[in-house]
Amino acid sequence: MRRWFGLGILLAAVAAAGCAGGPGGEGAPPSGPRPAPSAGALRLNGAGATFPYPLYSRWFDTYSREHGIQVNYQSIGSGGGIQQLKNRTVDFGASDAPLSDEEQKEMPAPVIHIPTVAGAVVLAYNVPDAPKGLRMSPEVVAGIFLGQIKKWNDPQITALNPDVSLPDTAVVVAHRSDGSGTTYIFTHYLSAVSPDWQTKVGAGKSVSWPVGLGGKGNEGVTGVVKQTPGGIGYVELAYAIQNNLNYAQVRNAAGQFVEPSVVSTTAAAAGSAAALKRDVRASIANAAGAEAYPISGFTYILVYRDQPDLERGKALADLLDWAIRDGQKFAPDLHYAPLPAAVVKINEAALRQLNYQGQPLLATAP
Amino acid sequence: MSGLAGSRTSLRRRLTNLAMLGLCWLGAGLAVLPLVLVLYYVATTGLRALNLDFFTQLPRPVGEPGGGMKPAILGSLEIVGIASVLGLLVGILGGIYLAEYPNHRMVQGIQFTADVLSSVPSIVLGVVAYALLVVPMRRFSALAGGVALAFIMTPIVLRTTEEMIRLVPGSLREASLALGAPRWRTAISAVLPVARAGIVTGALLAVARVAGETAPLLFTALNNQYLNFRPDQPTASLPVQIYTYAISPYDDWHRLAWAGALVLVGLIALLSLLTRLAIRGRALE
Amino acid sequence: MKQTTAVGSPRLRSRRRHDVGDALFLRVTQAFALAMVAVVLLALGVTARSAWPAVRAFGLGFLTGSTWDPVADKFGAWPFVWGTLYSSFLALLLAVPVGVAGAIFLSELSPRWLSGPVSFLVELLAAIPSVVYGLWGLLVMVPWLRDRVQAPLNGALGNWPLFSGAPYGVSMMAAALVLAIMILPIITAVARDVLRAVPREQREAALALGSTRWETIWRAVLPFGRVGVLGAVILALGRALGETMAVTMVIGNRPEASISLLNPAYTMASVLANEYAEATGRLHVAALSGVALTLFVITFIVNGLARWLVWRVAHRAGGSR
Repeated sequence: MRRWFGLGILLAAVAAAGCAGGPGGEGAPPSGPRPAPSAGALRLNGAGATFPYPLYSRWFDTYSREHGIQVNYQSIGSGGGIQQLKNRTVDFGASDAPLSDEEQKEMPAPVIHIPTVAGAVVLAYNVPDAPKGLRMSPEVVAGIFLGQIKKWNDPQITALNPDVSLPDTAVVVAHRSDGSGTTYIFTHYLSAVSPDWQTKVGAGKSVSWPVGLGGKGNEGVTGVVKQTPGGIGYVELAYAIQNNLNYAQVRNAAGQFVEPSVVSTTAAAAGSAAALKRDVRASIANAAGAEAYPISGFTYILVYRDQPDLERGKALADLLDWAIRDGQKFAPDLHYAPLPAAVVKINEAALRQLNYQGQPLLATAP
Repeated sequence: MSGLAGSRTSLRRRLTNLAMLGLCWLGAGLAVLPLVLVLYYVATTGLRALNLDFFTQLPRPVGEPGGGMKPAILGSLEIVGIASVLGLLVGILGGIYLAEYPNHRMVQGIQFTADVLSSVPSIVLGVVAYALLVVPMRRFSALAGGVALAFIMTPIVLRTTEEMIRLVPGSLREASLALGAPRWRTAISAVLPVARAGIVTGALLAVARVAGETAPLLFTALNNQYLNFRPDQPTASLPVQIYTYAISPYDDWHRLAWAGALVLVGLIALLSLLTRLAIRGRALE
Repeated sequence: MKQTTAVGSPRLRSRRRHDVGDALFLRVTQAFALAMVAVVLLALGVTARSAWPAVRAFGLGFLTGSTWDPVADKFGAWPFVWGTLYSSFLALLLAVPVGVAGAIFLSELSPRWLSGPVSFLVELLAAIPSVVYGLWGLLVMVPWLRDRVQAPLNGALGNWPLFSGAPYGVSMMAAALVLAIMILPIITAVARDVLRAVPREQREAALALGSTRWETIWRAVLPFGRVGVLGAVILALGRALGETMAVTMVIGNRPEASISLLNPAYTMASVLANEYAEATGRLHVAALSGVALTLFVITFIVNGLARWLVWRVAHRAGGSR
């Protein structure tokens, strides 16, 4: 009996897992997976941006409880969102970087951009004894990320913060190691304000960083900054606040030092409706307006206009419709700026284009 | 004269002897030290973080404390289960072929392939499974993750099966054949039962090896914050969930990552223990 | 033979059944063995095909170029190749002496009551998943390394190339240490088995000739186990080259080939983990597939080399005796 012991355990383990897993391989008989326990059979899969992940995870958690539809969202980075949408491995992609014209051409089918919320990319830092809200000019930000400013007590920084005594600590730059919309927003901003940056590095979802450590996702960059004395990194505001990191005030186009917040992000987004009407992909980096935080951006959900499946398409349209309306009320609590009313209108028109073989998917309002 | 020189060298030799033996003791200590450190942290931090919620709750939204890893624990079982079915099937049957037909011309080629496959880094196997399964299926899935892990299991199981069968005394096989049993009967009812304990050990080792793999799952099974039992859906797993939480900045997620690490190490230690029991069982026979 | 088949018809039938059964048995088991081969070939083909655009665009420069710039679509994999080789080399440098010493201890010196538990611990060390080492490395080892080791080193010897840069914590040093810890048990366990297999007469003869215990080990036991120990080391090297998670978590992910132990670096496996699912440009994806292919080829060569070396050493040892 003894010699059967190990085999028995192994088989039991395999059988248990096999029961849970349904058919194991292509060769196995189609014994049919067990139906999902409670929530209906419908699940949507999404992947992409980490920038809005704190908000999205709250959204989808709420949505599954209120509507019984599970939306599995994985924050793998905006580049991942675009790539996986392109490979059609997800129902929707999420990205803070809209598709470029070239990328749009490479997509297998027309893609609709739905801006869901606006957010601020903040310069979170971990400098021992430094106060919150250090002031930074565009030149200082570019200088730090170009590797030209190496110490926290560099004259360029102290000149802007005369009342603060900064330590002689090395500046440790943290940046993204994955394809990232946060990087896109940040490098677009840097390219707009620093000719030096534009020629040496340029803008994109992943760039060749002159200095620094790579972290995966907003989570990873925040983690590096939090772990490293002297660290500075660009992350979405929610990540900095949730992790009690200090973040800088940045001088905007109007010459004001502005602290990133829901208010200043809303101010940056407010003036954008006209531009977004022409092209929903318009950038709001370095926006005009005395109150506007300069490193702001919309984040998008990307979906195919022509959906391949009626039921899933409907669920997707309902979800997006909920997100741009009911979902907006969650935004300020998590430090994102809700969509301006004009942008919601633009989104409504876009969602009406969603179709399955010509049949519109959005339930028309009564 | 020579005696004097002899005793002098002998002193030096004795000192060398002592020093080198001491270094060996030190080496053993150094080899065990990291294990003690890692296990200490996993055990203490993990135990503090472990509670019932960890096993029964879904992960909470970002930044909200609490929640558990239920989907990851069950997902790991599911993915490893799929991998075991595939890996054991291919590995054991393929291994039987290699052992039973050693003179076939393709045997060497297959052995070579198995050795190559077992040396491929696991992340590359993830890349391959992504290209072969995720893209055509248009879905990240537990199945793709299971196949990626099966890539790792197959060569291990194949080569152990082959070796175990080869260890079976030739006289046994000849006796069975002489009694008029066909080759397949001989293999299944005379040879395999003798090799069984060894094969089971190899299989358990292979399962323990893949249960902790993260890299091949990153872009095959991906992750899922909900319970999922369907093999065609993205599925959470303990290693990926630990990785995600470990590189995050949230203290509460670090706490959960430690708890997850404790559970994962516990599961694998249990498997190793089973393997030892299986080996002991064989030794007793 | 012919006679029996012609006469005994029941026998004939059973022989036919044998043939059918045996043929089926052969075909089925063979099919499964070949399935594995087919998958490997398919995998190789798929990877090579998706890497092709990068190969065409950069040629051999892909391996030697050190710019990895997705904006400009310029891809050179040298920093990753360097990071993989350098981190593995450093890990071997740390782990081989300790591992072999541990093996000597277990097989030659340890009292019986101690060798059992120590062996078990070492095997457990091998079974711990890499993500757990990564977790421990990132949250426990890196901060300690930064404050207690790197900062003083950098302060005292900062102008040596080996210790230049800044004490970030996450670094080549952290990666090498974690790797060393991970490959240690492989070396120890395999080398221990090898040394235990050395015949007792070998030791007894040396001791009888008046050797000290160390001389016995050094002159009689180790030479005998040389081949096996070398095999263990190469096995460990193969593991180190392909190790992904723990390294990704502590190496700092910076594509720059540097000799400094304090600088962050990148390995081929980590760049795949970080970028493969997220690269959007066609050439970027191709370049990553190229990295996967390169990593595959390097591990293939290392393993081939290992087998050849072991074979040669075994051959020569056999010949000289």
